[in-house]
Amino acid sequence: MAASGHGFGGGGESTALLPEWLRRIHPATWLLAVFLLFLPAFANDFIQLQVFGWAFVLGMIALSLMFLAGYGGMVSLVQMTVAGCAGYMYAIFGHSAFMEISLGWPWWATIPVALIVAVVFGTISGALAVRTEGIYTIMITLAIASAFFYFTRQNYTIFNGFSGFNAVKPPALFGVDWKQATPFYYLSLFFATASYLAVLYVSRSSFGLALQGVRDNARRMEALGFNVTAHRIAAYSFAAVIAGVAGILLTWLNGQISPGTAGVGPVIDILIIAVVGGLRHPVGPFIGALIYVVLRTFALDALVAVGLPAERFQLLIGLGFLLIVLFSPDGVLGLWARWRARLRLRRSEPY
Amino acid sequence: MRRFIERHPLRSLAILVAVAVLLWLILAPWPAGLVAAFGRKKIFLNALFNGITLGGLYFLVASGFTLIFGLMRNVNLAHGSLYLLGGYVGYEITEWTGSWMFSFVVAFAAVAIFGIILQVTIFRWMEGQDLRQTLVTIGISIVMADVMLWIWGGDFYQILPPDWLVGAVETPLISTISRRTGEPIYLKYPMVRLVIFAAAVVIGVVMWWLLNRTRIGMTIRAGVDDRDMLAASGIRIQLVFVAVFAFGAGLAGLAGVVGGTFQSLAPGEDIRFLLASLVVVIVGGMGSITGAALGALLIGLAEQFGSVYMPTYAVVGTFLIMVVVLAFRPQGLLGRK
Repeated sequence: MAASGHGFGGGGESTALLPEWLRRIHPATWLLAVFLLFLPAFANDFIQLQVFGWAFVLGMIALSLMFLAGYGGMVSLVQMTVAGCAGYMYAIFGHSAFMEISLGWPWWATIPVALIVAVVFGTISGALAVRTEGIYTIMITLAIASAFFYFTRQNYTIFNGFSGFNAVKPPALFGVDWKQATPFYYLSLFFATASYLAVLYVSRSSFGLALQGVRDNARRMEALGFNVTAHRIAAYSFAAVIAGVAGILLTWLNGQISPGTAGVGPVIDILIIAVVGGLRHPVGPFIGALIYVVLRTFALDALVAVGLPAERFQLLIGLGFLLIVLFSPDGVLGLWARWRARLRLRRSEPY
Repeated sequence: MRRFIERHPLRSLAILVAVAVLLWLILAPWPAGLVAAFGRKKIFLNALFNGITLGGLYFLVASGFTLIFGLMRNVNLAHGSLYLLGGYVGYEITEWTGSWMFSFVVAFAAVAIFGIILQVTIFRWMEGQDLRQTLVTIGISIVMADVMLWIWGGDFYQILPPDWLVGAVETPLISTISRRTGEPIYLKYPMVRLVIFAAAVVIGVVMWWLLNRTRIGMTIRAGVDDRDMLAASGIRIQLVFVAVFAFGAGLAGLAGVVGGTFQSLAPGEDIRFLLASLVVVIVGGMGSITGAALGALLIGLAEQFGSVYMPTYAVVGTFLIMVVVLAFRPQGLLGRK
């Protein structure tokens, strides 16, 4: 895997009017940014909330997985659980319909505490998971995720068991109802962009480069004097921050949190999103999330149109995932890269 | 044995005391004080027996999983789906022919053939790419789960054992002493569970014998250690891979029939048994058959005792065992580094 993506890096004609760092941004990125910023002008509430809102939130959780898998070589299935943990903490410390448990703290205390608990949880899971390598990591993180799921389902004193918490609302900050389509769209867009840029930045920082070194050859990095275990655990902590923020957004979007939010199915879905999108570049998870959400939203109509019963949505997702994994291990980004390489090859051939 | 005692006198003493206490708990009628503190002996004995027999079922599922992993480094996350498929096939055959024994044969064969198809058409082409294989098995399990839901629906199915296995058998273990007559009352236990547990033990012993005492077992063990060297020495390793995958998948199918008789078959059982086998092989040690047996026994007992003595957190307890084992012995109890 390439150390960092080139998809949005170089290229672009230089104009002396702009500073260096702005000139380095690909025109396609500008187009995308304008499109996303002005989307609420022409898209209805459903598209804003149910398609893009969901895609940003799921994309952020998948991004935290992509960071660990792509740069750290550790496929962690615990990211959705970290997100669920943050959501639970928000509901427990803040407000919900179940005020016997919810403590009713103000938002400026609830959100940081929820994030801190989620990061601590993610770090401890990471500390356990880094004792293992490769394929074992998947299994251990899957087991931790299921333990969390069963624990929240059985525990009624803190996690309110099977039903979880509902009527969890975002705080009415600046007098805006963040649950409405357009405010939530911009909120999730902001955090998705921020986490995307953060991952991009960290991947090029000295920590990120060391992490990629650990991924490629842990023994050599150890011999060079790097603390391999500490780097890996720190990567889990950083990923947990992103997943935690996404988890709080997810709870606002859903309006509730229950054990099913972080069950085995959603945990696997996050892996599917990240792999389908591609683990090469931080943009992959968002592409994967958009594909997943569009499929989930419109598959019913498509299936009915083909004459299949509408419940076969999982089959469609499973088959699509299987095909992607079988034919393009790098996901959609891999397909894109291959297509471009072929195009370049054809162009360079003399006719 | 003697050397072990000489080397670790304290540890052997502790083991001896534990075994003696356990034997006493099982054999002797309990005094009133113990009953008051711990509940009736019948509950304890039932939990013990249920745990051991559940361990037998877990062993059947997990041994195929660990065998496939040990040889091919393929973490088959579709193993739970193979289990459920075997169960459904067994159910259909039992309904159709009325023969419970025959359904084992068919379930084993059908799932083994399915495993061969998977190995030949898919896994063979991505050898050595661990992550990709795992992802593919996740995809297969999603597709299989939905296809099975399509065919068999969301209902619960139970496979009925034949008449000669229905009912309880009286074991020679004292449950309580009757207060009225002073005669001992013996524990009754379902016949079918005992038979199935015996079968699991037989399968385990046969597997151990095959692996450790025969030529094919030698080949497989050599493949676990170094498959390139084995291939270089003229063994047709692809054939060995196919055979092991078929056998492991077949065992999962067989376990499906057992599970359908013990408990019930429904969507979601595939994930339950996948997680159970994951925990079992992580606790026992990846790729080790003896480890799978030990892990299965531990997890089965933990689950049953947990559900009796602390019902809320029984499921969490098994995962806690796994976390503790990982923290102190990451390669599993009997795993090799």
